Amino acid sequence: MLTRRKFIGLAGAVTGGALFLERGMAQGARPVLRKPIGEKPLICPYCATGCGMIAAVQGGRLVNLEGDPDHPINQGALCSKGQAARGFVQSPYRVTKVLYRAPGSDRWEEKDWEWALGRIARLIKDTRDRGWVEVDDQGQVVRRTESIATLGTSVGSNEEAYAMSKLFRALGIVYIEHQARICHSSTVPALGTSFGRGAMTNHPIDFKNADVILVQGGNPAEQHPLTFRWILEAKERGAKLIVVDPRFNRTASKADIFAQIRPGTDIAFMGGMIRYILENKRYDEFYVKHYTNASFLVNPEFKTATELDGLFSGYDPEKRTYDTSTWAYQVDENGQVRTDPTLQDPHCVFQLLRKQYERYTPEVVSKITGIPVEKLLAIYDLYSSTGRPDRAGTITYAMGATQHTYGTQHIRTYAIVQLLLGNIGLPGGGVNALRGHSNVQGSTDFALLYHDLPGYLGLPTGDKPTLEEWIASRVPKANYAPSANWWQNYPKYFISLLKAWWPEVDPKEAYGYLPKLSPHKGGIPDKSADYSHYAIFHAMLAGRIEGLIAIGQNPANSAANANLARKALDSLKWLVVVDPMETETAAHWKRPGVNPKEIQTEVFLLPSAVWAEKSGSITNTGRWAQWYDKALDPPGEAKEELWILTELVQRLKKLYAEEGGPNKEAILNLSWWEHSEHMAEEVAKEYNGYDLTTGKLMAKFADLRDDGTTACGNWLYCGAFTEEGNKMARRDPRDTHPLGLGLFQNWAYAWPANRRILYNRASTDLKGQPRNPAKWLVRWNPKEEKWEGDVPDGVAPPDKALPFIMLPEGVGRLFAAQLKDGPFPEHYEPWESALANLISGQDKNPVCKVWVGDLDVYGTPEEYPIVATTYRLTEHWHTGMMSRNVPWLLEIQPDPFVEMDVELAKSLGVKNGEWVRIKSARGEMKAVALVTPRVQPVKVGDKTLHQVGIVIHWGYQGGNPGDSANQLTPQALDPNSFIQETKAFLVRIEKI
Amino acid sequence: MPNPKDYAILFDASRCIGCKACQVACKQWNDLEAEKTENRGSYANPPRLTAHTWISMRYYEGLRPDGDPYFDFIRGSCMHCTHAPCVASCPTGAMAHREGGVVTVDEKTCIGCRSCVQACPYEAVHFDEARGVVHKCTMCYDRISNGDQPACVKACPTDALTFGTYQEIRAMAEERVRVLKERGYARANVYGLAELGGTHVLYVLTEHPSQYDLPKAVREAEKRAATGWLSAGIAAAALGAGLKFIVERREALKGGGQ
Repeated sequence: MLTRRKFIGLAGAVTGGALFLERGMAQGARPVLRKPIGEKPLICPYCATGCGMIAAVQGGRLVNLEGDPDHPINQGALCSKGQAARGFVQSPYRVTKVLYRAPGSDRWEEKDWEWALGRIARLIKDTRDRGWVEVDDQGQVVRRTESIATLGTSVGSNEEAYAMSKLFRALGIVYIEHQARICHSSTVPALGTSFGRGAMTNHPIDFKNADVILVQGGNPAEQHPLTFRWILEAKERGAKLIVVDPRFNRTASKADIFAQIRPGTDIAFMGGMIRYILENKRYDEFYVKHYTNASFLVNPEFKTATELDGLFSGYDPEKRTYDTSTWAYQVDENGQVRTDPTLQDPHCVFQLLRKQYERYTPEVVSKITGIPVEKLLAIYDLYSSTGRPDRAGTITYAMGATQHTYGTQHIRTYAIVQLLLGNIGLPGGGVNALRGHSNVQGSTDFALLYHDLPGYLGLPTGDKPTLEEWIASRVPKANYAPSANWWQNYPKYFISLLKAWWPEVDPKEAYGYLPKLSPHKGGIPDKSADYSHYAIFHAMLAGRIEGLIAIGQNPANSAANANLARKALDSLKWLVVVDPMETETAAHWKRPGVNPKEIQTEVFLLPSAVWAEKSGSITNTGRWAQWYDKALDPPGEAKEELWILTELVQRLKKLYAEEGGPNKEAILNLSWWEHSEHMAEEVAKEYNGYDLTTGKLMAKFADLRDDGTTACGNWLYCGAFTEEGNKMARRDPRDTHPLGLGLFQNWAYAWPANRRILYNRASTDLKGQPRNPAKWLVRWNPKEEKWEGDVPDGVAPPDKALPFIMLPEGVGRLFAAQLKDGPFPEHYEPWESALANLISGQDKNPVCKVWVGDLDVYGTPEEYPIVATTYRLTEHWHTGMMSRNVPWLLEIQPDPFVEMDVELAKSLGVKNGEWVRIKSARGEMKAVALVTPRVQPVKVGDKTLHQVGIVIHWGYQGGNPGDSANQLTPQALDPNSFIQETKAFLVRIEKI
Repeated sequence: MPNPKDYAILFDASRCIGCKACQVACKQWNDLEAEKTENRGSYANPPRLTAHTWISMRYYEGLRPDGDPYFDFIRGSCMHCTHAPCVASCPTGAMAHREGGVVTVDEKTCIGCRSCVQACPYEAVHFDEARGVVHKCTMCYDRISNGDQPACVKACPTDALTFGTYQEIRAMAEERVRVLKERGYARANVYGLAELGGTHVLYVLTEHPSQYDLPKAVREAEKRAATGWLSAGIAAAALGAGLKFIVERREALKGGGQ
């Protein structure tokens, strides 16, 4: 069999050469290569699979860019976007001068950097100081500014993300957000509360180890084609692929079983799976008993949604929140959880789970989802066949799962199923969130999100005025033995972070420099209680936010209800956009239908370098931080973001030294880096951390201390750049696992501690021996008293720690009291739905957040009878800036389209390829109708529902301008993560 | 029948996900310009091969007997035929087989008469107005001659494309069909074994080639190839001394295009 890797090994030496010699053709007579193939390694800037590329640069110009054959994930291949990335570097739409638009003006003016940076620093200082909140309305010292917001970026490097996170916090900004909020923010609390960490459990190559792959709410063949490479690899070994999606997409084309689901009904589908597993005893009994909280006893007052018609105990309809006091374990006098190892107690988690899902029969689930009973049972049967130690099942997903008013709970259903089947912590298992931006994992790790600090340390709240009080509130107590309770190390990480930012300052004082949050108020119709992505636009509309800094993010297109977001931009006093091209956000003042004279925003467009034009690391969906060096210089006057940030810091420090201002010490004492060729490396060294007593780089986070003698900008990346060198730049293409499981531990660096599969100790028995010896991942060597294989979750011997070390219980949570809408997931209808809830009297998520106002409105099924969902294409990327502006990509998908079923098209009088107008309660758009049998009408009871899918990549700027699907979508939010419901809403369609 | 040591490409439709990486890789390596396109109700674009588009994916969809949809993807490009009608129809020998059975056009001797454009059953050869010559897939002759793979093959995310010797590729194709039949694809077949003396690009298909617009075109083209010979011969004879003029005109056109 001629495999890719074999071929690459042999190519030059055998195939080509041998052929020529055999045919008597002289070596010298070979045709010459039209250009060099390349040797400079890069990592792809599009999705988060993290594929390697090689670049050829001649005379300062990028002449070739193709897949890196040494890279373990893509092995030389790339998808259409990756292949077109040279067209992104060389896009005709690149901005190469600083552009300035004066208030009310109808055109850009070219400016120089000096003028623009001076003006921006002045605006930042004046606006920050004007909007300063020293004490909040509850009398707490919060030291924050509420008049500036920042957005971005998941497409920069970790070094840029870290620098932004550091600078913006030092300025006291709290409205700090980026793309993660609107794509995978619901993944983080769902996986975090279930397992302890919010990231993808395994990594792209690991799909090859699965026996059954369930793709639900994702489309890897289109959005992560090189991840799909490994899914097909598993299929070649005999694995089965199940695809559950509202339409038959390119992933479904390779499925063994496909089920078309009504958008927004995934919890019902997975609830049916949970019931099936319990009723048919398909669960992994050892795993459930030992590695989950199934045996834990819960407060007898707790009531499931089965008992309370769709609500859990403690609901307050006035406040639209839950009092969660009944959602608690029963504990003994020492604070340890009471359990029933037989799983029979009616108040144990296992029995409560059974009670919660007893209503989710195949017949009920079929009515809700539109999937026939036989197909449901076939899928449940196949997937639950992995509930044995010798079989592994993986669930993978993306926005189809996350973007709902119950997105977090939807992901929780995956976690529960995987815990029941014993599929977490093993090769080929896991809950695998596929992330869609090259560094959205890294920008999340570095906390470009309002509520957090790098390493998931959390932004302090005003009710904890001192460092001691804050730390005391964050250190959990172990409540079950033998729990490693890793967060007991929190003080070391938090204090080391303060020392990284303000090395000369006592941590107690530095704690006072940080901005503080006030507790959430939550609920409908509150508009001001949070600082998340959508709160930013509502605060802009209300005039509270005056200035916005958007670095590598394009909310004029990417925000749900884009008409509202665009209007909000109009009310800004100033806007700084750092981007390589003129995005819809930068050009909002000249968009179709507005009069520039009426928009008083002062706009700066600072041209930035693209990924190939700067050095740094990016973290892929599987937590691999991969370093690459700059391949060429940016064009014209475009600059690297680190250069721009540094210039701003220098100006701001000067302004605060000369003029003073609130909390000026946070800025004046902030450590920053000097301009140099190796600046990115210097930043990386800081987030890796160093010993303040010796000046040496830290080797591992276990060595961090809480006495202020170590500095570390992100404990999760401690170990990435040590005295041994930059481990993120490692490129050893050999697999390190003896079974060839695809760990590649000497390729780049995976957080934490270079662990490739999280919770891997759960693949072993209580003595640390693999439960599936044929596919062992880690094992305890009792003679040498150490673990072998992947880096284990903690080095403690098997009897000293349970596998889920980040949770105080040490075991996975089937019952999770930490979420706002229930300890178990419950099916509700989307906020804008064509149907009433068939499983309970509670129609919608009772605690979801909905904005109320003239611009965020909702339609009824009578006016808008068609169910819509949105999605991306292989050929494009997000708001289109990095794809519509690449001629090779625009060529292969030139227009926005809507996929609809044949019957619907007929009733509308629309033929395939004709343009239609799609309307929702919030706006309208034009798109080409793709009339296709790949979408089918759904029969629900006696009703026929039509569902359509709309691609998202267009906007009014750049190549082939068109309408954005976000002109239609709603902003109704998940209560745990404030992610919007863009995957299920209502429209009507008219022929044009 | 191709020589067992010839170069060959396998396109395995059962592994293809229709991502168009091959299309873009071809443009990227060969520095081919993007075309202005529009969506006419299909994922396919550009809708056909041109002088600047040497690979174009075709998309087929419908419902299977069990009611589930299907979505199939077929690579459209030069098949590098053994009895290549384009080679047969070329009056100047510009279109010719190179070492390894690869069919390429020599721009220096192409006179832009377009006989090959007419002759090709796969509509894979096209005239470049600006440069006055024809273009098509070269199987990345420069890359394969230097020990690398064609750009499209290297790019393919799912190994739906494989490059090797004809002997290896044919064996792979036949083995794959055997495996697919075992997995329940009763109609799995290899396309390209008999067509035009055997093509250097073989397809593994899960359905009959007629489902993908494949065999009918070939039979017609074989007829056209025969007449192509005739007409080209007549054209060459008639032109005689005029050939020099045509070459000069092409050179002029090339200059104008730059």
